[in-house]
Amino acid sequence: MLDDRYALAHRLYPYERAADQDAEVAAHHPVVVIGGGPIGMAMALDLALRGVRTLVLDDHEGVGEGSRAICFAKRTLEICDRLGCADAMVDKGVVWNLGKVFHGEDLVFEFNLLPEGGHRHPAFINLQQPYFEKFLVDRIRQAQAEGAPIEIRGKNRVESLDVRDDGAGIEIMTPEGPYSITADWVLACDGAGSPTRRGLGLGFEGKVFKDSFLIADVRMKVDFPVERRFWFEPPFREAGDSALLHKQPDDIWRIDFQIGWDVDRDAELKEDRIRARIDQMLPGVEYEIVWTSIYTFQCRRMESFRHGRVLFVGDSAHQVSPFGARGANGGVQDSDNLAWKLAMVLNDEAPEALIDTYDAERCYATDENIRNSTRSTDFITPKSEISRVFRNAVLHLSRRHDFARPFVNSGRLSVPCIYDGSPLNGADSLPGGPAQTRPGAPCPDAPLEDGFLLHRLGTGFVLLAIGQEPPDTSGLRSVSIATPNAETRARYLVAADRALYLIRPDQHVAARWETATPVEIEAALNRATGKEMA
Amino acid sequence: MSALVTSRNIAIPDEAYDLLLTAHEGLTKDESDALNARLILTLFNHVGDLDVIREAIEVARQ
Repeated sequence: MLDDRYALAHRLYPYERAADQDAEVAAHHPVVVIGGGPIGMAMALDLALRGVRTLVLDDHEGVGEGSRAICFAKRTLEICDRLGCADAMVDKGVVWNLGKVFHGEDLVFEFNLLPEGGHRHPAFINLQQPYFEKFLVDRIRQAQAEGAPIEIRGKNRVESLDVRDDGAGIEIMTPEGPYSITADWVLACDGAGSPTRRGLGLGFEGKVFKDSFLIADVRMKVDFPVERRFWFEPPFREAGDSALLHKQPDDIWRIDFQIGWDVDRDAELKEDRIRARIDQMLPGVEYEIVWTSIYTFQCRRMESFRHGRVLFVGDSAHQVSPFGARGANGGVQDSDNLAWKLAMVLNDEAPEALIDTYDAERCYATDENIRNSTRSTDFITPKSEISRVFRNAVLHLSRRHDFARPFVNSGRLSVPCIYDGSPLNGADSLPGGPAQTRPGAPCPDAPLEDGFLLHRLGTGFVLLAIGQEPPDTSGLRSVSIATPNAETRARYLVAADRALYLIRPDQHVAARWETATPVEIEAALNRATGKEMA
Repeated sequence: MSALVTSRNIAIPDEAYDLLLTAHEGLTKDESDALNARLILTLFNHVGDLDVIREAIEVARQ
């Protein structure tokens, strides 16, 4: 009746009978999160830290096995830092900056992800998804102990939703039978196959790529450098059309082989068949196979991430091919975008129309992620004869000519979206200011005398005053940097001498000025909280 | 205004055309396709301007 669909790596929230199951009348919850994956847990943690009572329903009792997502980007770490769990991730993760791309035997392209210093967090870490999820749940337990209103119910499977204008009724199955609750808001964080999405009969349109990849995670003691290595048409040619080798914690290495479209999955997943591929790639190396999977990939999204009081977050709303690590990283940014908006609406600090900007901003971001990951996929798995000809022409030229190397695309790695054109963006009145911090952009980190800028910005709206005293704006917190250092100048001033930045709770820029009156700041704040839309 | 040069721009067109044919002499169809692709990408980089490239693709498609 409630059989596990997968084995658990960590049993973190065993089923317990909840008082709601014995209630005469269906208990009411402001926010119910369906699905306890990385996005559901980040979502619940963020909301609860903002004082919103949040219930997570998961049909399992913990974190599933299998490394799955392994690349977590700087922006994700910055968000997790705000949530209070980035240090555990960085401590456990493998930090890497260097990527190498080969064509056959030859190195054709090399990249360094973090060419500039002065950021608290590395460009990327590799960390198995179960660790990422466990650190989030550990942080939730700590927050609970400190009084954060968050509850996780394991082995609670949502059977059906009755969506109404002002919320939803939810039917839940447990090992002890069914019960019902109601909610003001339902957040569907139940993955690419989202039963919530299917249950509501909503579409998920896009493009399926006709190729498949074999993932093998192997444990081995080798002294390969900590870098991402990618081969087009590798010298170990029979192993795959392309291949990837990437280090994870615990002496685990991720290996990917591109194995074509018409493959017999069961045969390819047999250990001797997998070993035949790996032995070609790593002759003479001893290893243990710890996890394998075959995946095909799609780039698709829902037309809208909001359906009344049901919101889709993460893979349930959109799916991208894995090249570029834009799946989990994009989902964490969805959560980052939605949490403060939903908290403000629930606290009567903003109109409900603010929630529509979650849809607008994250659809825009999703299109960017899909565009990038589609282009990478087109390069890695050429879909026509002529696209293969051009792909190989790029690789051929790249060996000797630097100009061709930027065309090489083995994945454009996840960077946060700049919400250009967002209805929440206010004034951009900083002549000579840098493009990277225009309204809609995520704030870049910068070192301060006593820590880092993003940490100082905090979790609510904040006015950042650089080279000037902040104007007196009652109720709005401010952070002042009287004499900016070189990094702060480069990221927030460039040709300007002073600046005021109004920054949202998700640390995206709402508006910026050389200087501004309290009235102008108030207007930007109203705009950034959706009050002009109501 | 067109960014692409569509007026006559090569002093000795026969020489240019001959360079192209000579480069392909003795190549198989696959080798010629690969050479053309490398040549297009190399000239793309020389041009650099996306508007010019867009217009050139339009001319070629007509």
